[in-house]
Amino acid sequence: MVEYERHDYDVIVIGAGGAGLRAAIEASARGARTALICKSLLGKAHTVMAEGGIAAALGNVWPQDNWRVHFRDTMRGGKMLNNWRMAQLHAQEAPDRVNELEEWGALFDRTDDGRILQRDFGGHRYARLAHVGDRTGLELIRTLQQHAVHNGIDVFMECTVSRLLKDGDRVSGAVAYWRESGNLLVFNAKSTVLATGGTGKAFAVTSNSWEYTGDGHALAYWAGAELIDMECVQFHPTGMVWPPSVRGILVTEGVRGDGGTLRNSDSERFMFNYIPDFFAAETADTIEEADAWYEDKVNNRRTPDLLPRDEVARAINSEVKAGRGSPHGGVFLDIASRRSTEYIRRRLPSMYHQFKQLADVDITAQPMEVGPTMHYIMGGIRVDADTAATTVPGLYAAGECAGGMHGANRLGGNSLSDLVVFGRRAGLGAAEDAAAQTSAPEADDAQVEEIVADMRAPFERDGAEGPYDIQRDLQETMHNLVGIIRTESELLEARERIDGFKGRAANVGVYGHQQYNPGWHLAMDLQALLTVSEATARAANVRQESRGGHTRDDYPGPNDAEWGTKNVVIRQGADGEMEVTTSPLPEMPADLQELFEE
Amino acid sequence: MSETANMRVFRGDAESGDWQDYSVEMEEGQVVLDVIHRIQATQAPDLAVRWNCKAGKCGSCSAEINGEPRLMCMTRMNLFEPGEQITVAPMKTWPLIRDLVTDVSFNYEVAKTIPAFKPRAPEADGTYRMMQEDIERGQEFRKCIECFLCQNVCHVIRDHPENKPEFAGPRFFVRLAELEMHPLDTEDRLELARKDAGVGYCNITKCCTEVCPEEIHITDNAIIPLKERVADRYFDPIRWLGSKIFGR
Repeated sequence: MVEYERHDYDVIVIGAGGAGLRAAIEASARGARTALICKSLLGKAHTVMAEGGIAAALGNVWPQDNWRVHFRDTMRGGKMLNNWRMAQLHAQEAPDRVNELEEWGALFDRTDDGRILQRDFGGHRYARLAHVGDRTGLELIRTLQQHAVHNGIDVFMECTVSRLLKDGDRVSGAVAYWRESGNLLVFNAKSTVLATGGTGKAFAVTSNSWEYTGDGHALAYWAGAELIDMECVQFHPTGMVWPPSVRGILVTEGVRGDGGTLRNSDSERFMFNYIPDFFAAETADTIEEADAWYEDKVNNRRTPDLLPRDEVARAINSEVKAGRGSPHGGVFLDIASRRSTEYIRRRLPSMYHQFKQLADVDITAQPMEVGPTMHYIMGGIRVDADTAATTVPGLYAAGECAGGMHGANRLGGNSLSDLVVFGRRAGLGAAEDAAAQTSAPEADDAQVEEIVADMRAPFERDGAEGPYDIQRDLQETMHNLVGIIRTESELLEARERIDGFKGRAANVGVYGHQQYNPGWHLAMDLQALLTVSEATARAANVRQESRGGHTRDDYPGPNDAEWGTKNVVIRQGADGEMEVTTSPLPEMPADLQELFEE
Repeated sequence: MSETANMRVFRGDAESGDWQDYSVEMEEGQVVLDVIHRIQATQAPDLAVRWNCKAGKCGSCSAEINGEPRLMCMTRMNLFEPGEQITVAPMKTWPLIRDLVTDVSFNYEVAKTIPAFKPRAPEADGTYRMMQEDIERGQEFRKCIECFLCQNVCHVIRDHPENKPEFAGPRFFVRLAELEMHPLDTEDRLELARKDAGVGYCNITKCCTEVCPEEIHITDNAIIPLKERVADRYFDPIRWLGSKIFGR
């Protein structure tokens, strides 16, 4: 019989970034006994790295802005693959959530008349991102953290969930371990919220932190839930490219929002050569118009430097391939020649700091070198838009690990707003569900024993291959074969290699103690990484078109008739194998469809 | 071009521990955390280290490098002479868990004791107005990434752990000052600053300011103004007399 700490709650929330914190705050406010479980210390989650801002149609800078415009931008940015209801709720509720952050102590940058200032970002028709310089994520997580600690939420820090428990069809809790000691915990919960973020650590070049091993996606999948759009991965156009050790670290889109431009080795502003038909009507085609747009949005169209991220990332990729890249394999991002030193240091303090310290580059005097980096996964756990319920009873999901909101490509700034809008809804949904349960769940010992045996198995194989090489090989494979440009032969090869990695991971060995042993932790994280990698590789092969963040060399361009109307769906089959199917997109009501007819 | 780094890393737990030497291949532009990761991947898979963003934004990878409190992810290897031995030790002020990981729970406990932000009523339209110049100081304080290096280096608790129950430390003086200067906040925390948080213990040696990776002027902008406000309220003889005579 294994020994473990037992904890009983109404609601457990797994993950303590913006979505998890907001979910826990809401569940607790609705009277649910709530636990918040996170792999890191509180306040360190990946949300902290968000830079540019939080998108909300407050209309403080451009009164013409409203939720309909934001909704339309979001759907078009997502190449219409978004769940329309999620995009609608998001656009409608984001302003309330931003104002709520201010009520809880956040200090956003101000307009001249003392309101929340908003900045330009890619794909947004108006300056829409509330922000704090270029450290908006830190402000968001700290505000929520400081609000949460006074709300009677129990926080389990440096505690990793390995598997969800089930009682019949319903998720009934989770098995976890303390990273510090390796000791086990069993949570019995009436409902469970997943808010674990993304899958970036499956890729060699990423802006994501170590925690992004796809835990929530995998936990849900193993528990029988459906994943959608797993092929839709966002490569942010501007990550650092040099020095090698910082390759992939994010350079905020705010640099372009505040006037920075992309140039190739011929000093050409190459984005003018990459304006797609889909956005031609709303994009400036001359340098004069693009530069005038920053000041006058009514009479000018948006600079192509601020096309949605998928478009810009592909353009950079093409320039580098054509031999017009920068010395270290990126392109130049120049704000030094366009804005004053004082302006740059005030608007982009952490970018200044980051380049100065890590790359010996002074961004007020020199251009930056940037290139695409895996940044975000649009795909995720299928949820009901209004309640954040997954396809498995008792299980909810919000934030990056949930799918549908962003379609095939996410607009910058829509992630932070997603976290608080749907974090709140998930906390609400989970609390109401828990209140409706008549009996408290009780963990099934046989399930617990089986899970724990799996967790500890790597210690039995001392001397076998360790986890680090497997992770590195997986990251190289995903980067090279399931990256920014994809093709069938490579995707099939990726699947074969992933099968090989699964074999190696099943025999992975670790040695030493259970106390804060990173090798053991990685050995367990590999299970989730491999599951989400396989899901992305399989889904990418099924969608035979190019749409948003999913680009097929062998199927260039979108195929609206065949693929524009469906999601790719992943679930675990009865035989334990991964199944890939499709299902029709929910149909948008006529009054919203009208917004796209202008 | 690869060079070899000579690393001396503390390995051990709460009971015992010792320095361990590692010779590690490194690449151009690397930081100390890269080298620690390489040790993990090639020589010591169980080497415990806490980290998250590797971009100076989360404040997880605090350590003492050649005796200096720093973030491992923002300390470039080219800061040191080629071939120089580089020591990496856990933060001294916190109880050791293992290797480079310490128990920083003290800080999370102190955070709970600071009363929440309590805003005044909003404007008629339900939102607030604040001027940029009135929030700039608060924004400086909110740059804090909670790396706890200021706490680690503060000799009030570093050299005298017995002070921990009555001293909140620089990070929380920054938090108190931030709330105190917040244009919307209505809560009074000066009594807390004076009594339970023990701002009076600080004798302004500025060690905290020197190690802050966010370059927050902890002493000048947070602690001294906080001390002044406490002094004005509790130790100003005219105010004291006034409060006795007029009862306020």
